[in-house]
Amino acid sequence: MSVELKRRKAVQEDSVAQYERMIEIREFEEQINGLFAAGLIRGTTHLCLGQEALAVGLASVLRPTDIVSATYRGHGIALALGLSPEAVLGEIMGKTIGCCGGVGGSMHLSNMDLGLLPTSAIIGGGMPIAAGAALSFQVRKTDDVAVAVFGDGAANIGAFHETLNLASIWNLPVVFICDNNVYGEYSRINITTPIEDLHMRADSYNMPHFSLDGMDIGVVQKGVTEAVNRARSGGGPTLIEAKTYRFAGHSRADQALYRPEGELEKWQKRDPIKLTEESLVASGALNAEKIAKIQSDMKATIEKVVATCQASPEPNLASMFQNIFTPAKVGR
Amino acid sequence: MGTTTPMRFRQAIVSALADEMRADSTVMLFGEDVAEAEGPFKTSEGLLAEFGPLRIRDTPISEMGFTGAAVGAAIMGMKPVVEIMFMEFLGVALDQLVTEAAKMRYLSNGKLSVPMVVRASVGSGLGFGCQHSQTLENWVAATPGLKVVCPSDAQSAYSLMRASIQDPDPVMILEPRILYAERGEVDTSLSLPIGKARVLRKGIDITVVALGQMVNVARNAIEKSGLDVELIDLATVVPWDREGVLASVKKTGRLVVVEEAPKSGGWGSEIVAAATSELFSQLKGAPFRITTPDVPVPYSGVLEARFVPTADDVARQLIESFKSGTSPKSWWELEGLK
Ligand SMILES: Cc1ncc(C[n+]2csc(CCOP(=O)(O)OP(=O)(O)O)c2C)c(N)n1
Ligand SMILES: [Mg+2]
Repeated sequence: MSVELKRRKAVQEDSVAQYERMIEIREFEEQINGLFAAGLIRGTTHLCLGQEALAVGLASVLRPTDIVSATYRGHGIALALGLSPEAVLGEIMGKTIGCCGGVGGSMHLSNMDLGLLPTSAIIGGGMPIAAGAALSFQVRKTDDVAVAVFGDGAANIGAFHETLNLASIWNLPVVFICDNNVYGEYSRINITTPIEDLHMRADSYNMPHFSLDGMDIGVVQKGVTEAVNRARSGGGPTLIEAKTYRFAGHSRADQALYRPEGELEKWQKRDPIKLTEESLVASGALNAEKIAKIQSDMKATIEKVVATCQASPEPNLASMFQNIFTPAKVGR
Repeated sequence: MGTTTPMRFRQAIVSALADEMRADSTVMLFGEDVAEAEGPFKTSEGLLAEFGPLRIRDTPISEMGFTGAAVGAAIMGMKPVVEIMFMEFLGVALDQLVTEAAKMRYLSNGKLSVPMVVRASVGSGLGFGCQHSQTLENWVAATPGLKVVCPSDAQSAYSLMRASIQDPDPVMILEPRILYAERGEVDTSLSLPIGKARVLRKGIDITVVALGQMVNVARNAIEKSGLDVELIDLATVVPWDREGVLASVKKTGRLVVVEEAPKSGGWGSEIVAAATSELFSQLKGAPFRITTPDVPVPYSGVLEARFVPTADDVARQLIESFKSGTSPKSWWELEGLK
């Protein structure tokens, strides 16, 4: 089994491993700004700080043969699904060790062994593609499912509505997960959208829907399991709205000064990492000492990942010309 | 000629929008984060404060909806300016611009006018990856009924914006993102008509035609080449300045086009074709194009820097072609790639 599939298996089986993966994502994301400052990353990145429970909760419920489409805010989902931190950071640093050999960048992470389609940087872009993956499962009569993860902002773009309608009339095995982190770029949801409970929109498409607490990994697992089971057993699509909060700014340049006072602090009280810690301590799976060790070990691990990625070579000129078309072939 | 004011490219855009809005109460601006946040690239700084929320509006992420709303408002006599944050996002709104707006005059037997402007940031060089770095002129350039302009400095950003807003037909403005922070001098009394190329340097050896961020590259290349090159900033892709460009080629007998877009299907093909067929007997060398290779824009900084034409490579090709009269090999052909 590949290292990456082993990483996936770990979060599917063990709640401490799930906690560790959340810590990995947190630690990983917190390194990014420093790497920009050090000139090791260029362009832009979109951090998922505060949204770790959704990423890991999802990964723990899905099979590697299920298909996931996600967005440019994808570091956490990629790590959760099992991509190695080297494959993700290497891609963000534009190095050959990256999952796309350095030509894709932070917004475009993928690994088909783990079911992750290249993440899209176009709002709504991944939604119809997930429906198409689900269509292939339906036609081939497998019991795999497709999952589309997208932001609250995507609920206002045509692709959202077209895809929900299509998935509903075709009864596709797809789960739509709207990660409602309250903001789309610099605009709070109330400025762009007349409702805040976005899952309600599925009513128009006669599709089952509900919202859940995206800060609590247990709640995420329960909700996603319900929708995934429905899809696997031929019951069709579901729209889940995960209520989360974007702890960081939209992208690198954004300090998020537009937030109402106290809003971030209110959500930080429900930091998904803290909630997971509390529940694992309560169940006896973790204690203060173990938590401290997990955190300091992870710091050291991520430091090593940074060093490994720094040492990885830059892509050569030939890699610019690769993977555009398949080599010519005649006939079937 | 009036006096000039130093300003950045993005400030020239703000100034032109503000000056048009002061002069004409039907001008309005909408797009994602253009009002409260004053634009993702700060190209609407101060506009909400001065003109208020009726005319300066934030939109949902609904490019098709708000581009189409601009078409309807324009038909009814408004002059809407729509901001598409990255040119790629026009993909989800293309119908409203190319198939609706551009056909209204034609389909109304000349009765309808659609005086709208769509602005989009374009281009590579900032490490945004292949879904946020294309120039994509060719998405819009083959659309009779739609004009397409592309500024290369603060002056043209200012003057072309004003001309585009004043134009009675739909105009697409491609704003090279990498230039937003660049400083320049702007004479606000200078008008640059749509459809007129700008001769930025007079010369007799070669005519170089460039667009957008390639204008700076071409200028640096000309300096390195030591040749007496005439540099033309095309400024308008549709309708391009056939008369101005061909007059220059007639004089120099040589034409080189520098483009920031894949070799296949670029706007420069049109120019090279026109010069070749119309001035064939007067040419001293083969007209040719310097472009990017036919590949998506690579993310890696090392690769992206090679992807776009560089001043060194353009200079090499100017010198080689001036000596031989033939069109030189591209850098990737020399590297044995593709
Ligand atoms: C079609 C399209 N329009 C605009 C953008 C620019 N854009 C990138 S992220 C973003 C905000 C998206 O917000 P949301 O869907 O809530 O996702 P979040 O960033 O909060 O994860 C916008 C407007 C885009 N990428 N694609
Ligand atoms: Mg959001």
